Amino acid sequence: MRHIISLLVENEAGALSRISGLFSARGYNIESLTVAETEDPSLSRMTITTTGSDRIIEQITKQLHKLIDVVKLQDITEGNYIEREMMFVKVKAEGEPQRSEVKRLSDIFRARIIDVTDTTFCIELTGSGDKLDAYIKAMHENNIVEVVRSGSMGILRGERALTL
Amino acid sequence: MELSGSEIIIQFLKDEGVEYIFGYPGGAVLHIYDALEKQNDVMHILVRHEQGATHAADGFARATGKPGVCLVTSGPGATNAVTGIATAYMDSIPLVVLTGQVPSHAIGTDAFQEVDAVGVTRACVKHNFLVKDLNKLAETLKKAFYVATTGRPGPVVVDIPKDITAPHIKIPYEYPATVDMRSYNPTFRGHPRQIKRAVELLLSAKRPMVYTGGGVILDGAHEELRQLVRKLGYPMTQTLMGLGAYPGTDPLFIGMLGMHGTYEANMAMHECDVLLCIGARFDDRITGVTSKFCPYAQIIHVDIDPSSISKTVSADIPIVGPAKQVIGEMLKAIDKTDSEIDKPALDSWWKRIKSWQSQDSFAYEKKKDLIQPQEAVEELYRVTNGEAFITSDVGQHQMYAAQFYHFDEPRRWINSGGLGTMGFGLPAAMGVKLAFPERDVACITGEGSIQMCIQELSTCKQYDLPVKIINLNNRYLGMVRQWQEFFYEKRYSHVYMDSLPDFVKLSEAYGHVGIRVDKPGDLNDAMVEAFRLKDRTVFLDIITDQEANVYPMISNGKAHNEMDISPLQQARQAELKKKGELV
Ligand SMILES: Cc1ncc(C[n+]2csc(CCOP(=O)(O)OP(=O)(O)O)c2C)c(N)n1
Ligand SMILES: [Mg+2]
Repeated sequence: MRHIISLLVENEAGALSRISGLFSARGYNIESLTVAETEDPSLSRMTITTTGSDRIIEQITKQLHKLIDVVKLQDITEGNYIEREMMFVKVKAEGEPQRSEVKRLSDIFRARIIDVTDTTFCIELTGSGDKLDAYIKAMHENNIVEVVRSGSMGILRGERALTL
Repeated sequence: MELSGSEIIIQFLKDEGVEYIFGYPGGAVLHIYDALEKQNDVMHILVRHEQGATHAADGFARATGKPGVCLVTSGPGATNAVTGIATAYMDSIPLVVLTGQVPSHAIGTDAFQEVDAVGVTRACVKHNFLVKDLNKLAETLKKAFYVATTGRPGPVVVDIPKDITAPHIKIPYEYPATVDMRSYNPTFRGHPRQIKRAVELLLSAKRPMVYTGGGVILDGAHEELRQLVRKLGYPMTQTLMGLGAYPGTDPLFIGMLGMHGTYEANMAMHECDVLLCIGARFDDRITGVTSKFCPYAQIIHVDIDPSSISKTVSADIPIVGPAKQVIGEMLKAIDKTDSEIDKPALDSWWKRIKSWQSQDSFAYEKKKDLIQPQEAVEELYRVTNGEAFITSDVGQHQMYAAQFYHFDEPRRWINSGGLGTMGFGLPAAMGVKLAFPERDVACITGEGSIQMCIQELSTCKQYDLPVKIINLNNRYLGMVRQWQEFFYEKRYSHVYMDSLPDFVKLSEAYGHVGIRVDKPGDLNDAMVEAFRLKDRTVFLDIITDQEANVYPMISNGKAHNEMDISPLQQARQAELKKKGELV
């Protein structure tokens, strides 16, 4: 099963390596990991997506909790949650009909073109991982120059929240 | 009070009640050593290798329950300490290791003797810190001691850049008596409802078993454990790390369990219907193959570390909490409940256990001219009245020590169980002897292991640490040879120790007494003499049977009820079967 674990972590040098080190040392999967400072500069917020059996996920959350730098964590996939990932795609767009095709496809996916040159478009797209995958699949493979994905972030619906 | 960083370190250690630090100087810690030299409260023990410092501090911590403290320099000082840090980590021993670091401005430049100590030790510490601000030094040291000693204890490294310790930069110092860490809140109480459920299950058992580990000793819960086991009258077993919490000579203790545990303890584990585990972690040397582990048992697991629970073996009733508090609550709950122990079931359970005990699975055959390693340990046990502190190294001798020295008190048996670190025994014994100068301290070792930290004989001399070294010299890396004999058709690959030093001369060269024994008949005299020489470090080089093996044994992939017994026992059983005395 795929899980999204949200963490509040002390904003210290080394915290990230402790967490990524835990995953490599114990052989856990990391699908993606995102991290940034929060509105409280002493804390970072991290989102880890991982896969594993219930038992492994239980160990992962316990082991993460044990790390001294981890202040709080939540497996948000246990609740009702919203997940988004952001992607930039740079594609070749050299004249027609290529340029129109890319534009049409982007409209269908509600992607935005954020940079244009004579030969390329840069497109921004936000959504679930599946949606991003689908966009890439729909795009001609040899058109794609570069893909940048942010990794997932998630938040619980309703009043529940991961705060101090 | 205005103090420099170095002075803050020393003053803090005094305020924290630290009596001894084990260390080795170098460029990055010169300022600290200068501050050390100007005072007399904290005694520094100069070891011969930083690994020795960590093991000595570790031995001190295991024997006393107080944190062990080390001071080493940057780079090679820090990397030499890693083995000892990892050893303490695996056995949850509270250690605070101060490592010097190159000056802050030089960090990251591949400066002379620079190593990223925080990065290198990350995987084998409970936590580590890099001090970046002199104003945070005292607070960081306090956090280090707090984290090392609370919850599930463990080693903490504090990496201190040289500029932080500069003598001319002084700041106000006040001992930080308390700490506040929002990200670290160890559990102080087990869940009352879980405890009640556990007690009901325990009392409903037909074939109960109690299995305890080092956690009971770490938490000082041995008195409570004794009360609990005696109140229930249930059979109990302890791990290698747990020996001594419950008395080794008590009839309710049916021996150590696991790979080289007793036949009866392992059989009882296999057959039990309720298992109470306290402060143990279902290590693979204990469980054998987990798919066949305790097939009939409902499991209650008490541990301070939630991540230990249901890690390898799932628990039916998990209880997160300190052993002492949880057992205390269990005792109260037993007094309160109307449920009673099923006496007839317990009686017949004990009958089965007695029949397994008649196997006498540690039995060995003495030989007239050849010392059996087991008899050397038995002799040591007799000569020291079973009251010595015993440290050990790693190998066959370690298993013989655990099997044949019966520990009636906690913190007497000091060995590297989790990491299995050869070289641990001698420096650990030094730490114990420092803490208990009036007590007998012996290190049971092998000719392989002792050579891994033998340089510490010199430290024993400098600080008058008259420990006794019981070298079970089989001229083999015996435990490895045993596996090669069993599983590699006796292809003894690189386990024969040729060109061994003359240990007697070697110990004499270090200024100690060396005695060689190679006849069973001389064992007693030699041991008596070793302990009569109260003020001398004595190296007993005991030449033992080269081919002796540790039995019984659970081989890889086997279950508790599939132990291999010794050829001697197999022969005895065949004999009994022939006579019709064994069913
Ligand atoms: C530092 C280290 N290296 C290697 C090992 C693997 N090992 C385990 S037991 C053993 C043999 C120990 O030989 P010795 O000290 O003579 O003890 P014996 O088994 O002969 O009693 C070895 C090499 C280890 N435990 N630790
Ligand atoms: Mg040997």
